Amino acid sequence: MNPLSLIVRTVCNVFAWFMVIFGAYIIVHGHLSPGGGFQGGAVVATFIAFLLVAHGGKRLLGWVKEGLFSAVESTGLLIFLGAGLFGISTTFFYNFLAKKGGLFGSVVPLGSNTGVLNSSGTIALMNLAVGLEVVAGLSLIIVYMFKGIRLELDREEESHDR
Amino acid sequence: MNWQIHLPALLIAVPLLGAFAAPAFANRRLRDVWFTVMIAATTVIAFLLWRRVGAEGIVVYVMGGENWHLTLPSGMRLPIRIIMEVDAFSAFMALSGSIVSFAGAIFSLRFLDRTTGGEKFVALYFLLTAGMLGMETTGDLFNFFVFLEIASVASYGLIAFWRNTPEAIEASFKYMLLSTIAALMVLIGVGILYGRYGALNMAAIAKSMQLGLPEKVALALFVAALAMKCGAVPLHMWVPDAYSQAPAGISCFLVSVSQASLYGLFRISFSVYGRALDTPAVAWIIIVFGILSMFIAVVMAVIQKEVKRLMAYHAVSQTGYMLLGVGVGLLALAHPQAMSEYGFTAMQGGIFHIINHAMYKGLLFLTAGSIFYASGTLDLNRLGGLARNMPYTTVMFVVSAAAIAGLPPVNGFVSKLLVYESSFAVHPILTVMALVTSILTLASFVKVFQSAFLGPARARFSEVREVPRSMLVGMTVLLVAILWLSFMPTWSLSRLVGPAAQALVDQAGYIEAVMGSGL
Repeated sequence: MNPLSLIVRTVCNVFAWFMVIFGAYIIVHGHLSPGGGFQGGAVVATFIAFLLVAHGGKRLLGWVKEGLFSAVESTGLLIFLGAGLFGISTTFFYNFLAKKGGLFGSVVPLGSNTGVLNSSGTIALMNLAVGLEVVAGLSLIIVYMFKGIRLELDREEESHDR
Repeated sequence: MNWQIHLPALLIAVPLLGAFAAPAFANRRLRDVWFTVMIAATTVIAFLLWRRVGAEGIVVYVMGGENWHLTLPSGMRLPIRIIMEVDAFSAFMALSGSIVSFAGAIFSLRFLDRTTGGEKFVALYFLLTAGMLGMETTGDLFNFFVFLEIASVASYGLIAFWRNTPEAIEASFKYMLLSTIAALMVLIGVGILYGRYGALNMAAIAKSMQLGLPEKVALALFVAALAMKCGAVPLHMWVPDAYSQAPAGISCFLVSVSQASLYGLFRISFSVYGRALDTPAVAWIIIVFGILSMFIAVVMAVIQKEVKRLMAYHAVSQTGYMLLGVGVGLLALAHPQAMSEYGFTAMQGGIFHIINHAMYKGLLFLTAGSIFYASGTLDLNRLGGLARNMPYTTVMFVVSAAAIAGLPPVNGFVSKLLVYESSFAVHPILTVMALVTSILTLASFVKVFQSAFLGPARARFSEVREVPRSMLVGMTVLLVAILWLSFMPTWSLSRLVGPAAQALVDQAGYIEAVMGSGL
C-alpha cells in the first residue's frame, strides 16, 4: 500500500490514538458495559490498520516488531489460563479474587448502582489478558495479510505523494 | 483433597497450556521436549480419567463453581455454569483420541525438520487436541460449539501447513467453508434449543425435552452439520482433499478429530433427544448415511492412484460402519427386546469400530507419511519395491491394512463382525453392503501393498532408507494399540466398549448425574 497525502497522515497521527484510548476503555470496562477483551482489543488493533493505510506498508513494516507482538499474544493467553489454574484449589476458573479487596476485589453494594470498576475479580483480569492477546493477534494478522498481498503482487511499492 | 477430581478440567487445561507457551520455544530441541512432555501428560490424564469413570461412573465437573460437584446451586432448577460431564463413552473417545494425538505428535517431531514454522505447528496441534478433547467431555451445548470451532480453526491452519502448495491452500479453504457452514448450523440449533428451554446444559435440555417442530428443526441442523463434519457421504467432499494435503501426523490426528463430531452426533441423538424421539426416521437417516458412506467412498477409493487420497476415501468409508452400527442401535432404542437381541451388539460394533479405526487409519496415514518422507512421492505408478529398504514401515503397513480390511485376527475383524451379525436383523441388504465394502477395501489395500512395497527394486529408490527412529516410535504406539485390541477382544469389549455403549443407551443416568433424581 502506498502512503496517502500529508493531510491524511496528519489526521491519522492525531486520531489513531483516540481509537487506542477508546479500545482500552472498552477492555477495562468489560465487566460493566457491553464489550470486553475481544471487542476492545479489536478496536485497539485498528491502530495498526490506520498506520498501514495512512503511512503505507513499507514504513509500517519498519515499525512493527513481529517477535514482540507474538510474545505479547502468548503472555495474554498465559495470563488467562493462569487465572483459571490459580483457582484450581477450589475449581478450575474459580473466581478467587472476587470480594477479597485489592485491585480486583471490591464488593459491589446491593441495589441499583452505576457499577464498581474494580469489582468482579478474575473476570476483569481475564478481560485484560484477552485484550492483550487480541491486540497483538489482530495486529499480526493485519501485518501478515499485508505481506501476503505484497507476495502476491510481487512488485516494488512507489509513492505518489512526494 | 484428591487431585483426581480435577481431571476433566486438566484434560483441557494441559493442552491449552501447551499451545499458549509453544511460541516461546524457539529452540528446536526444547520445543521437541515441550511437545512430547505435554502431549504425553494429556494422554496420561485421559487414561486416568477413563480409569476413574470406569470405577466411579459418570464424572461431573463444574467450571468455576464453589464446589466441583455442585451442579445445581441452591434454589436453582437449571445448571447455570459450564459443566463437564464425562461418562464412559466420553472417556472412551478421549482415551482413543489422545493416544492417536500422542502418536501423531511423536511422528511429527522429525517430519517437521525440513520445514520452518515448527512452533506454530506445535501451538496449533495442541489447540486441535484441546478442541477435540473439549468436544468429547463437555456437557454443555454451547461449549460444544466453542470447542468445535477451536478444533476447526486449528485444523484450517494445519491442513494448509505446507502453504507453498496451492492444493493445500485449496483443501484448507474448502474445509474452512464447509466447517463454517456446519458450525453456524450447530449454533442455530443450539439457539433454538436455548430459546425453547432456557438452558444450554445437555442433561437439563434432555430432562424437559418435548419433541415439537422447533426441536425437530434443531435436530435436523445438528445431524446435517455433524454428519458434514465427520465426513459422511454425501457431505464428504472436503475429506479427500484435507486428509491428503495435510502433513501425515495431522492426517492421522484429523481422523480422531472428525470422530469427535461423530461423538457429538451420537451424544445429541442418544443423550439429548434419546427416548423423546418417537419416529425411527433419525435412526434410518443415520443408517442411510452410513450405507452411502461405506459404499460410495470405497468405490471412489479403489480407483485412486495417490496413497493418501486413497486412504482418505477409506476414512469416509469406515465412518459408515460406525454410523451403521450406532444407527441400528438408535433404531432399537425404543424397543427393549430389539435392543437386547441385536441393538446393543450393533452399538458395541459401531463403537468398537471407532477406536479400531482411529488406531489403524492413524497408522496407515503415518506409513503413507513415511513413504513420502523416504521416497518423496505418493504416486502408486511411481512407487515400487520399498519393502527392501523400509522393512519396519512395511510390517506396520501390513498389520494396519489387514486391520482395515477386516482380516482375522486383527481388530477390524471383530468390530465388523459385530456390525454384520446385528445389522442383519434389521435388513439383510445392510449386511450385504457392509460385506461388499469390506471386500473392496481389501482389494484396494492389496493394490497399494503390491505397487508400493512389492515388485522389483527401482533404481530411483536405491538411496531410500528407513525413516528416523522417532517416526518409527510414533508408529509403534499405534501398532501396539492395534495388537492389544486384536489379541484382547474380550477385555476390549467388556472393559472398553461395553461400558461406552451402555453409557450411550443410559439416557436417564446421563440426566441424573447433573440434574439429580428429584424435580
